[in-house]
Amino acid sequence: MVSGAEILSVAAFLEGRYAQAFPSFGSERMGAPVMAFCRIDDKEIRLREPVLAPDALIIQDQTLLHQVDLFGGLPTRGFVILNSVKTLDELGLGGFARGVQHYRMCTLPATELALKHVGRAVPNAALLGGFAAITGVVKLESVLAAIGEKFPKPIADKNIAAASEAFDLARKTLEVADVEAD
Amino acid sequence: MLKQTEGSHAVAEAIALCRPQVICAYPITPQTHIVEGLGEMVKAGELQGCEFINVESEFAALSVAIGASAAGVRTYTATASQGLLFMAEAVYNAAGLGLPIVMTIGNRAIGAPINIWNDHSDSMSMRDAGWIQLYAETNQEALDLHIQAFRLAEELSCPVMVCMDGFILTHAYDRVDVPNQQEVDAYLPRYEPRQILDPADPVSIGAMVGPEAFMEVRYLSHHKQLRALTLIPHLAAEFQKRFGRNSGGLIRTYRSEDAETIVVALGSVNGTIQEVVDEMRNDGVRIGSVSICSFRPFPLAPLREALCNAKRVVVLEKCLAVGLGGIVSDGVRKSLSGIALNGYTVIAGLGGRAITRGSLRRLFEDAERDELEQVTFLDLNADVISAQLERESASRRTGPTAEAILRRIGTVASSIG
Repeated sequence: MVSGAEILSVAAFLEGRYAQAFPSFGSERMGAPVMAFCRIDDKEIRLREPVLAPDALIIQDQTLLHQVDLFGGLPTRGFVILNSVKTLDELGLGGFARGVQHYRMCTLPATELALKHVGRAVPNAALLGGFAAITGVVKLESVLAAIGEKFPKPIADKNIAAASEAFDLARKTLEVADVEAD
Repeated sequence: MLKQTEGSHAVAEAIALCRPQVICAYPITPQTHIVEGLGEMVKAGELQGCEFINVESEFAALSVAIGASAAGVRTYTATASQGLLFMAEAVYNAAGLGLPIVMTIGNRAIGAPINIWNDHSDSMSMRDAGWIQLYAETNQEALDLHIQAFRLAEELSCPVMVCMDGFILTHAYDRVDVPNQQEVDAYLPRYEPRQILDPADPVSIGAMVGPEAFMEVRYLSHHKQLRALTLIPHLAAEFQKRFGRNSGGLIRTYRSEDAETIVVALGSVNGTIQEVVDEMRNDGVRIGSVSICSFRPFPLAPLREALCNAKRVVVLEKCLAVGLGGIVSDGVRKSLSGIALNGYTVIAGLGGRAITRGSLRRLFEDAERDELEQVTFLDLNADVISAQLERESASRRTGPTAEAILRRIGTVASSIG
């Protein structure tokens, strides 16, 4: 999660923007819920408070849906990218996309993509590929270049494959959603 | 060269550019990434001419640093929190002996209760040990201050602590401009020790000094810091000329010239304060802020000049002097001797409690109306406090306080709020 925010900040930096990524370690035990934040701006970022009203939310572990108020502070039309093999309706979340919140949401099998391409349950790269597709805040190429900076070549390539497939999948989800909306 | 990198890594790169010859450190959160990074650079041969010494404790880390510095080499270490307390005796010794060691503090709270998150309790506990203390507002400034710190330390023969907020800066990925080796070499000359343990020209360092001379030795430490009041702005100005960045110095003012309310703080919280100052200025409120970079020596005269025309001064501190209130406030009020204005102390962000724009705005609005207490605790949960006080008055064996409070708020893992 923490490296996900870091990679996103590098992707934004590569596009000439200012970015700030930082973790909030909830607890020192393995498996505890962890949050990390990323701000992206066109000017220097002075603010040091945690992100309290995110424009977009990447949820790595769907079991958190029942533990924490994950959507707190997310505005109407906010983006949500959720790591899950299930659809929004299967998760009982479809209402958030269709209802007053009108969140722009998608689920992505990010862990499965990571297992397929990287061989380990490391969903960050896939989620960032999905993030680029859904939000358009950063380009896929920038995400891939940032992954390339973060990892040694063979591992980077595998993560790049995962991110690219996730990007395509998320694009398709988006197209389906647009058709439904029409 | 512009980079997007972690604060700790940026500092490690700055230290490497300063060509240290001995680095010794013991890992402690949130400082660990800095010395890990340096260890990797030494191992990979990227940092030549430097010995990285693994030690068994923080006390050993600074003791080895003292030995290395006395042997005439540029020496660096880093620590935080309990680690700084564990090396306390050596902290005083390094300053008393006048050894120009540079040490990073990744600012973190002190237990009990144990807490790994940011506040200024650790470095504040050593504020009178004789070290110069500089506080970084951003990761760029943390990087820049380390380069200035070696120059300052070595010109004065006085150790320097560069304090950067744990996690908020050490673990934040930000944009930094990393200078190249030629630029740093031109700013930071080779270390010429004032004293050196040299077999060819033997001296002893660390004599026992009795009442006949102790006061004089101590006074000279004080005198050294008074000289730093001139040297620090001079070095910051030269740095700006060479590197094009306004980093360091004694204090920095922000929209404070015509301000009726001025907020004073140290470190990274100044960025958030400036955001709130801008918001309130847009609403027509005459508010500004002052960031103290050099806490030791304490910049009495520049603060007096910056604050003397305000109606009120709010000192926001990430450290609590238990039984008194603020530490920075004492110095600020001393700087305003004879000037009548309202002074408020605000204790904020202890143990990593987030300092938010919303809370600051409410606080500054209360200050505007002069409705603040002498000492205010930002975002203190009054219900929790009164419930615990009631428990304690109702029965004798109420058990440990921290555990009782965690039970009451239902926390199994800590949260940022």
